[in-house]
Amino acid sequence: MEEMTFGTMIAVAEEMFGRGLFWAMVAVSAIVTLAYIYVLIRDRSVNWRKFLLAQLSMPVGAVAAVVFVQAVTDSSLRDIGGPIDVILLLGIALVGAIGLAIVVYTAQSLIRGKSSVKDGVR
Amino acid sequence: MMDRRQFMTLASLAGAGALANPQVAGARVTPIATQARIVIVGAGAAGTALANRLVQRLDGAKITIIDPRREHLYQPGLSLVAAGLKPAGYVVSSTADWLPSGVTLIPDAVAAVDPETRKVSTTGGQSVDYDFLVLAPGLVLDHDAIEGFSLDMVGTNGIGALYAGPNYAARTWTAAAAFTETGGKGVFTRPATEMKCAGAPLKHTFLIDDIARRAGNSGKTEIVYAAHNDALFSVPIVSEKVRMLFADRGFATAYSHVLKSVDAEKKIATFTTPNGEQEMDYDYLHVIPPQRAPEFIRQSGLSWADRWTDQGWVEVDMHSLRHRRYPDIFALGDVAGVPKGKTAASVKFQVPVVEDHLVALIDGREGSASYAGYTSCPMITAIGRAMLVEFDYDNNLVPSFPGVIAPLEELWITWLMKSVALKATYNAMLRGRA
Repeated sequence: MEEMTFGTMIAVAEEMFGRGLFWAMVAVSAIVTLAYIYVLIRDRSVNWRKFLLAQLSMPVGAVAAVVFVQAVTDSSLRDIGGPIDVILLLGIALVGAIGLAIVVYTAQSLIRGKSSVKDGVR
Repeated sequence: MMDRRQFMTLASLAGAGALANPQVAGARVTPIATQARIVIVGAGAAGTALANRLVQRLDGAKITIIDPRREHLYQPGLSLVAAGLKPAGYVVSSTADWLPSGVTLIPDAVAAVDPETRKVSTTGGQSVDYDFLVLAPGLVLDHDAIEGFSLDMVGTNGIGALYAGPNYAARTWTAAAAFTETGGKGVFTRPATEMKCAGAPLKHTFLIDDIARRAGNSGKTEIVYAAHNDALFSVPIVSEKVRMLFADRGFATAYSHVLKSVDAEKKIATFTTPNGEQEMDYDYLHVIPPQRAPEFIRQSGLSWADRWTDQGWVEVDMHSLRHRRYPDIFALGDVAGVPKGKTAASVKFQVPVVEDHLVALIDGREGSASYAGYTSCPMITAIGRAMLVEFDYDNNLVPSFPGVIAPLEELWITWLMKSVALKATYNAMLRGRA
């Protein structure tokens, strides 16, 4: 029925956080993503030891994302009322899990440097 | 940071959808050169949004906006303030901050409109000529119509009145919070007139009950909802759903009970009913007074003569929002004499319609946009859950997310929209960007 333009979504997001904070967050996430791609290209392979730690951090990221959303919205798990709520909850958890995994992997790669790639299994 | 950002984007998507509309994409067109004098009465949600959109569509128009209030109120937030979920400041911003440059703000109240000579005069003695006039002054809360009630009672002796403004909403929470602790009989009312956001009396009832329930005090509270007629909501399918929810929560409903007077000392409310006056004792009473168009609307002969005669809403065509007798006058928002549409979400849909007709008139054409009565209410049924109720003039449900967000289900996602994305969407609307 309705049309939702990209411009509208950006406008809403800017209002939500303030223009400065929103674009700062976009910048931070872009930098993390670029850093992740950078270490992947630099190492030319996935370091599975680092990837293991990143994987282990995923449940933490998932739970943290859900708890964070619930805290800022005065809600809890008992408010789940239908299928779309379950999908949304899983989506938030997934975003948190993948987000933290990328951050953890990238941070390890940047801090420990390329040398630790030897630890990995090619 | 990543989690938060991505979640918020998701939530904003949903929130934007709840208030989205089809005209936005077409708003970016070459501005039309004009010398037209446009006067907008009211810098609330409707007046501000329209001003921000008109400056993008018109080049050279002299736009004047008249509003005495320095503070802009985000009224959808008042229910949250009155339930202790947000501070009073959550709903308050500065009127001037939202207005585009190049628009003249006259911080004065309108005294009269002369639609024949096309002139608006203010209480401060200014006189402003117009070619086109948009009436968006909002409505007046007629607290004096409730005998024995005055606003200074709010927050004491178990009396709440959240419509009266941010500070009164906060004081309402003081009284309501005491009720959720000590228990007793809570009586929740609504007026028999048209009113802004007819869901708000229901939301307040649900929220205060939920807070008492969470505190373990539901055994001590008795909730009575006084409906002004034989329904709980004007849309039948929604009314039925609310009736079922009331049964689930154990609320009693007093149908056709309109609050007439309050005895704050004895804690007795008197209602006008088909069976004469009925008294009801209370420990907490939520008062929503009758609502009417501002006096100058009625005095200037702009109201309907045969409809809502005690309320005075502007006589406009329900689809074009154009005055039926004065084609150079439009009405937007609460003051418009249309069957539904006294919500911010309605304003979101009404503003592009008036914009279309106004710009077309200036361009020597006829506008084609039409308002179908879209009204939306994220009906909070508990802290953490709400129903996304959207409907039109014909009482049809018009869900923004059919098959995804069920309109009559109590959902967490709807609550997230209300608590996170709605104010942002509202602000984007004010700026003419949503």
